[in-house]
Amino acid sequence: MLEVSGLAAGYRGHQVLWDVSIHVGPGEVVALLGPNGSGKSTLMNSISRLVERLAGSIVFDGVALHELPAHRLLRHGLSHVLERHRLFPYMSVLENLQLGAGPRAPRQRVREGLERAYALFPRLKERTGQMAGSLSGGEQQMCAIARGLMSAPRLLLVDEPFIGLSPQMRADVAAALERINAEGVAILMIEQNVAAALAMSRRAYVLREGRVVLEGASPELAGDDRVRQAFLGRLGPDT
Amino acid sequence: MSEQLIIQLIVSGLGMGFIFALIAIGLTLIYGVMNVVNFAHGEFLMLGMYASYLAYATWGADPLVTLPFVAAAMFLFGLMVYYLLIRKVLTGSMQSQIFATFGLMVFLQALAQFFMGADYFAVQNSYLSGVITLGGVILPVPQVAALVGSSLATLVLYGLVFRTGVGRQLRAASQDAQAASTLGINASGMYALAWGIGSACVGVAASLLSNFYYVFPRVGAIFVLLAYVAVALGGFGSIHGALVAGLLIGLLQVASGFFISSELKFVPVYMLYLIVVLLRPRGLFGKM
Repeated sequence: MLEVSGLAAGYRGHQVLWDVSIHVGPGEVVALLGPNGSGKSTLMNSISRLVERLAGSIVFDGVALHELPAHRLLRHGLSHVLERHRLFPYMSVLENLQLGAGPRAPRQRVREGLERAYALFPRLKERTGQMAGSLSGGEQQMCAIARGLMSAPRLLLVDEPFIGLSPQMRADVAAALERINAEGVAILMIEQNVAAALAMSRRAYVLREGRVVLEGASPELAGDDRVRQAFLGRLGPDT
Repeated sequence: MSEQLIIQLIVSGLGMGFIFALIAIGLTLIYGVMNVVNFAHGEFLMLGMYASYLAYATWGADPLVTLPFVAAAMFLFGLMVYYLLIRKVLTGSMQSQIFATFGLMVFLQALAQFFMGADYFAVQNSYLSGVITLGGVILPVPQVAALVGSSLATLVLYGLVFRTGVGRQLRAASQDAQAASTLGINASGMYALAWGIGSACVGVAASLLSNFYYVFPRVGAIFVLLAYVAVALGGFGSIHGALVAGLLIGLLQVASGFFISSELKFVPVYMLYLIVVLLRPRGLFGKM
């Protein structure tokens, strides 16, 4: 479904990723793990064309994403919930959700999307007219995920959905992601908490210093000491 | 002092205020969406005023009749400036952006002086000359037209920005261009639109202004300076702020022109500006 091969990427004169290859199958939940600065967000941002690609290819259901500008990806069924929710703070929850459907979305699709969003996160319905910037952290994350689903994507990229959330909110957001996946949406997620990420995903990649150092089925990785070593720096690209 | 006089002052103040507000909204819209200050904004006004004047001098077309055409032409001119100039310097340094619009200002002024000379021109005997008398209140027609025309234009603009899908995308791009692009919004298209709408606002102000104000190559400086004050007073990037501050400036300068002296009419305006930015640097409606 999503096939990233040999990707090198970075910011102006500062390369962050080297020869990264990952894939996500239809309906899969895949986790990206790794210590801070290992390039997880850069990888996700390269897939959604926010970061410049230096080499390699990104293909999604036969479409070469690396040839498209960022704003063209939504219509191909890929949606990205950025790190720290990135809602439009001076717009209402409703307007944020409406924008999620994409610029030329027919009214019917917006209406269906809103129904689905409110069914998934009933709290958002109570907050519909409120400015997104005035929501609590958990509500903002819910709103961001709901906004990301408004375009009815086949693949959802989620960057640290649990950061700064209370345990109760974490559980709510995790349950929502599971429901989304059960409806057939594939998810690629970044999460700092290794145990939580492995519990939620089917497969995982471990990044370190801009390279994939480990990959495998999540249940196996959960018992693999090499994951811990990667975080502690003992398993680097050179070892 | 009589009630009639107060009404006359208010109409005149609001008329000027809405014109300042339109110019300021254009400026703040462009700044809000892409953080670029258009230093040539006053010269856009000057171009619009020359267009109104030339249409009048050549075909006898009243500025009120040509208003939609001037607004549309300025919209296209704004798009052109964005695509030919601004887009090229966006990736450059802050300085190159400043010098691009500053250079455009110098260029347009020189261009006007070259073709039109430094003389003052005015539209005479338009539809909107003379006065109307309403229950003892005597109102100059051009100022009433300015009030009606610019408040209607502001209303249309508000509808466009706050009530339509395109306006929603424009606001989204101004709040977070990167997040907007992940939602399918083409940021460059929104920047172009901001330049178009911002310039069209100035075109409307220019048409209304040309009924009662002279046009000459440096006419923009007078109005745009007050528009900068309105933008800073209202809060950079805030449309509500530019509107409220524009109206405040219009009323204040008319009132102080009447009660103090017309030479000193801008002194209270700049004093108000200084007090507000000293006490509240982000302006009345500023965010951050």
